[in-house]
Amino acid sequence: MRQIYLDHNATTPVLPEVLEVMLRYFREDFGNPSSVHRYGRRTRVVVDDTRDGVADMLGAPASAIFFSSGGTEANNTILKGVAAALTGRGRHLVTSQIEHPAVLDTCAYLAQQGCTVTYVPVDEHGVVDPEAVRDALTDETILVSVMYANNETGVIQPIADIAHLVRQRGILMHTDAVQAFGKLPLRVDELDVDFLSFSGHKLYAPKGIGGWYARPGAPLHPLLHGGHQERGMRSGTEHVAGIAALGKACAMAMSDMRQEWERQQQLQQRLEHGIQEQIPEVRMQGAEAPRLPNTTNVAFAGVEGESLMMSLDLQGVALSTGSACSSGSLEPSHVLRAMGVPEAYLYGALRCSLGRGTTLADIEYVLEILPGIVQHARALSPSFAP
Amino acid sequence: MQYSDIVQEHFDHPRNVGVIEQADAAAQVSNPACGDIMHLYLRIENDRITEAKFKTMGCPAAIAAGSVTTELLIGHSIEEALQLTRAEVNTALGGLTPQKVHTSVLAEDAVRAALKKYRQR
Repeated sequence: MRQIYLDHNATTPVLPEVLEVMLRYFREDFGNPSSVHRYGRRTRVVVDDTRDGVADMLGAPASAIFFSSGGTEANNTILKGVAAALTGRGRHLVTSQIEHPAVLDTCAYLAQQGCTVTYVPVDEHGVVDPEAVRDALTDETILVSVMYANNETGVIQPIADIAHLVRQRGILMHTDAVQAFGKLPLRVDELDVDFLSFSGHKLYAPKGIGGWYARPGAPLHPLLHGGHQERGMRSGTEHVAGIAALGKACAMAMSDMRQEWERQQQLQQRLEHGIQEQIPEVRMQGAEAPRLPNTTNVAFAGVEGESLMMSLDLQGVALSTGSACSSGSLEPSHVLRAMGVPEAYLYGALRCSLGRGTTLADIEYVLEILPGIVQHARALSPSFAP
Repeated sequence: MQYSDIVQEHFDHPRNVGVIEQADAAAQVSNPACGDIMHLYLRIENDRITEAKFKTMGCPAAIAAGSVTTELLIGHSIEEALQLTRAEVNTALGGLTPQKVHTSVLAEDAVRAALKKYRQR
């Protein structure tokens, strides 16, 4: 049976070239970068080189890049670390209703600790209005956190516009760029953000590596204390092989970013047109907004996304539901809710996220099997009368 | 998310899908939290369920629960059907994960609601 992976927003495979680079830092160059002997020096080089590469990619000085275990740790560090550093100045945070749980749950934790949090809504296209962010700012606001591209819809937020309004008020600005990193040019000098989070495993490096950019001098307390790694901002022996992999993955992303964007955009268009031509009563979330070219969020009226996902899985296609039912919560997606997706579509969403390995043949196969799967689910459904 | 082979099998080949026109007993129940909806239709002759059909909008577990419930009902008396519990539905499906137990609750609710209305006719 064909095996087609269309869940690249969940995670990506490690590219063979990336794995090749990695292996060396498990086998030969396994030293601790803090060691002064030759084993340590050899690994220090790759940590520094990767830092330079990521800094270059983001338009930042190398000293502003910090490595962590991934995006969740980066988001936790920035939200909790700014709140801790500025506790005397204010205790109000502003974020959006469509953030990743790594931001939303951290905000909920900070709220338990006495902070107040304002959750700015999005419009029907899934876009945050910069003026709504500005209106939410108070004299107590210490940090604004808005994601760069949404993981469920791929919708890109006007971060530069938001950052401009936020920084005018002397308030710090963070963007969780985990889904955008490596897919489009991200320049912190142009965005003018104070903090940016990124992750390795969304761009063909392994799970367990990521990091953040912090504007030099920006107030931040570390989450982890210990051996003073990462200039004291993230103690713990560096994940050298992961850092090496991240460096290689970034170089590969930079080498063909535009071509890959255009190639995936063509596949996205084919997929979305194909679905709309063949299947009645579908809805594409965020399709009118600036969007990542790899993400399609499509909802089918009268059916449940998890059942569609399961049927697709049985026929070799792996993707995610656009709802959260399978992840333990019964509630539909908070992102689709925030966008005001009509009730009939709210439970029937799928997220297809394409990647480097996705081919036109993969998309054609999905278009071949999906109409029958939706029809089958609708035949079972009391909520769909054709 | 883990499903038993039985859930998987019922999801792939659901039994007794559909609507009974002029059913002797019927119910429509829903779980507003997750959006699951189940319709159940029963044909009853001499106090015994002779035919059962269902339609479900929901996850694979909800569809399997509807399917297996129709099988558990057919051939049984109303008294027996009223004794059907979510635990029996759950067992018949080979055990649902805690996250999915609510689908067996929905099935039990559908049976109770249909038979209650039948008795009140």
